Amino acid sequence: MSQLIPYIVAAPLVGFLINGFFGGKYKNKAIAGWVASMAVTASFVMAIAVFSEMLSMPAESRAIHYKLFDWLSVGKVNVGISYLIDQLSIIFILVITGVGALIHLYSTGYMKGDPGYTRFFTYLNLFIVMMLQLVMADNYLLTFLGWEGVGLCSYLLIGFWFEENKNNDAAKKAFIVNRIGDFGFLVAMGVMLVTFGSLNFSDVFGAASGMGSGNTSIVIITMMLFLGCTGKSAQIPLYVWLPDAMAGPTPVSALIHAATMVTSGIYLVARSNILFALSPATLTVISIVAICTALLAAIIALFQNDIKKVLAYSTVSQLGYMFLGLGVGAFGAGVFHVMTHAFFKACLFLGSGAVIHAMHHEQDMQKMGGLKKYLPITFATFLIATLAIAGIPPFAGFFSKDEILWKAFSQGSTLLWVLGAFGALMTAFYMFRAVYLTFYGKERFDAAHHPPHEVVPAMWIPLVALAALSVLGGFLGVPKILGGGETISQWLEPIVGKGEEIAAQSQIMQGEGMEIPLVIISVVVALVGILMATRYYKKRTTLASQEQKLGTLYSLSANKFYVDEIYDKTIVQPTYFLSNSILYKIVDVKIIDGIINGSAAGIGQISGMIRKIQTGIVQNYAVMIVVGILVLVSYVLIF
Amino acid sequence: MSSLSNYLIVSAILFMIGASGVMFRKNVIVIFMCVELMLNAVNLTLIAFSQFMGDQSGQILVFFVMTVAAAEAAVGLAIVISVYRNKETVEIDKLNLLKG
Amino acid sequence: MVTRKSAVPSALMLIVTFCFLAALYLTLNAQFLAVVQVAVYAGAIMVLVVFVIMLLNIRNEQYTITGNWKTVVGILGVLGILAQIISVFIAATDTLPKHLSESAVQLGTVESVGTKLYTSYAFPFEMASIILIAAAVGAIVLAKKKLT
Repeated sequence: MSQLIPYIVAAPLVGFLINGFFGGKYKNKAIAGWVASMAVTASFVMAIAVFSEMLSMPAESRAIHYKLFDWLSVGKVNVGISYLIDQLSIIFILVITGVGALIHLYSTGYMKGDPGYTRFFTYLNLFIVMMLQLVMADNYLLTFLGWEGVGLCSYLLIGFWFEENKNNDAAKKAFIVNRIGDFGFLVAMGVMLVTFGSLNFSDVFGAASGMGSGNTSIVIITMMLFLGCTGKSAQIPLYVWLPDAMAGPTPVSALIHAATMVTSGIYLVARSNILFALSPATLTVISIVAICTALLAAIIALFQNDIKKVLAYSTVSQLGYMFLGLGVGAFGAGVFHVMTHAFFKACLFLGSGAVIHAMHHEQDMQKMGGLKKYLPITFATFLIATLAIAGIPPFAGFFSKDEILWKAFSQGSTLLWVLGAFGALMTAFYMFRAVYLTFYGKERFDAAHHPPHEVVPAMWIPLVALAALSVLGGFLGVPKILGGGETISQWLEPIVGKGEEIAAQSQIMQGEGMEIPLVIISVVVALVGILMATRYYKKRTTLASQEQKLGTLYSLSANKFYVDEIYDKTIVQPTYFLSNSILYKIVDVKIIDGIINGSAAGIGQISGMIRKIQTGIVQNYAVMIVVGILVLVSYVLIF
Repeated sequence: MSSLSNYLIVSAILFMIGASGVMFRKNVIVIFMCVELMLNAVNLTLIAFSQFMGDQSGQILVFFVMTVAAAEAAVGLAIVISVYRNKETVEIDKLNLLKG
Repeated sequence: MVTRKSAVPSALMLIVTFCFLAALYLTLNAQFLAVVQVAVYAGAIMVLVVFVIMLLNIRNEQYTITGNWKTVVGILGVLGILAQIISVFIAATDTLPKHLSESAVQLGTVESVGTKLYTSYAFPFEMASIILIAAAVGAIVLAKKKLT
């Protein structure tokens, strides 16, 4: 079965090439959608085949190396196009191709009639290729290739409707902010090459586990890798691009900016768990950044009115939870939350897409309301996913989030848990606020003229599938204390076990026997959040906002803590000033252009003089030949 | 029988006469004839060396030089004719298209 | 021949020069080349040249030998090179052979040159014929009034 591995990547690549080269010639544009969907589905089926083969093998030998060919071979450094399929990457592959296939299917309905239909699917397939590259690589460089590739696809898809300038600005913002993170990744790879002399996972981890905890090189590497993760996975301070990325089509938000690409940072940390475990300082930084991100994003999400913005900040916040899990050394828990989050967040985004589709591209929740009876399927799936993200048992989010919170308490500190639980309260509140504003209450739109209509099967089938996964996905990781088998932790044990073990050595464990009470508290907290939302938003008929009575908190939240404005004043404007007034007008125009133009003019003058030798009269040349011979022969004769 | 250096000196003189003709004459046909003269000077050197050293290769080379000279004469004169047809002149200092 | 203003006397003098050269070849016992020299150079090529001169019917040249930097430098250059060559010959007189080699008579005959041409040099000989054909075709193409 392992010979199928390269074809997992090849299938969407073929789809990309077919649509990319022949897309313009299709008479029926729907072909593009089907080609793309089939390609991703094929790769999902192959991934399942590989997965089932792994299941039948003993746990230790489940990692499959598959080398295609050498890519770079310089000195002692040897980097190959080679893949590593193991317990960690197969989870990501299954999520990427599975959720990806569902979203492709959904897009065939959602994007119908768009002039860029084939272009959309071309980009989407390329994204799948790159994302698979990222998680299947067996070395950091190939991972980086995928890392950059998904960044490119993200840029292309955010700016998909490039006729509008604000979409282009959002795309550029995403790309530039990601570049800052990528810089960290590059530095990390450089340090890695110097320290370990290799970029292959096995070499690096093997060499690193021989080193002591807190080794300076490893601290630098992990800090820089985490800088990369803050860019790609939208953590403070580089999270600002993700909310703007909602300018792209909704399936893109679901696939790239919720389910897969933004989790690549978690993948990277989980993959490098040994390195991170050896650097407790980095883990502390990750925990702090993660909890701050989770809370800040949750606060901002409280009073957003754009349905996609709510989901975007919710994604940032959930990514914070995942990093919190990684930061306290519970790598398995982080990956588990990636998976469940992919299910319910994709479901939420696709649901919001269905709402937006039904509302004729209206995204403001203040202009919705009462959609429950128009969109029954969408409502049901949206509600299930919301319950999942709010952490109500037995939905998926409950198990994964609770495991993270429990690990934050037992391996981190009580403060982390309190803050995390507070974040969970806000999560439940803002998600149900969104549900109530959208589906309940009075219709705040012109229902008579533009009655909303339920979406086509191609769009609701993925919704139902994802909702089912949101219900069932959590049972993969039922904790022991609740009578479960912790299937996912055991599955991941060969990969992250060592890192968790090392990380645990520098941690103080606490909270024996506290797990059950904590679980109950967190469920209660989530219920409180839901009740608060019900109290304030369920029956609301008018929009005269009591929200504004909250004063400072409201304005901070609604204005996203002015982070964009602060960045604009402190970074963007000075950069503009530096680029325009100093680098462009002085350094570039005066100095660099001066040197270039000066040398060109100098050469022009010299050649103007030399040019006169070329009289065009052949006999002058003959005379010169004779003189030349005379000089040369004299030289030979004399010396 | 004169010695080898006599032949060589004659050859050198002939060659330099040809060369000065190439340098100073304006008429393309005369220049062309001067080139032939230079070729012949070289031929004389070759034959002289060949006969004095007892190596026949020199004469063979002269034979080929003559062949190429004949070819050159044919093509060169054809070029002169077509130049004259276009420019109405065969004066070489009027043909300065190479001027930089 | 270089100093004549008109091209025709130049050509005639060149023919004479060629004939003298053929005589020199004879003194070197190179009979075959002497004949070829008269036939090809003095005969064929110069006839061609004279024909072209007649065809074009050119005026006499207007040229002066004085004043021009080019002339001065050229003459000096020519004389300089001539001096160099002659000095080299004089310096090398002792090492140069004084007499014709014994086989010189044998080497210059039509028979021996022909044998060598058709045996050891068969391939260059064929190449030479190709060059000649190419030249003939090229000359015709160039001299034609217009390509059809």
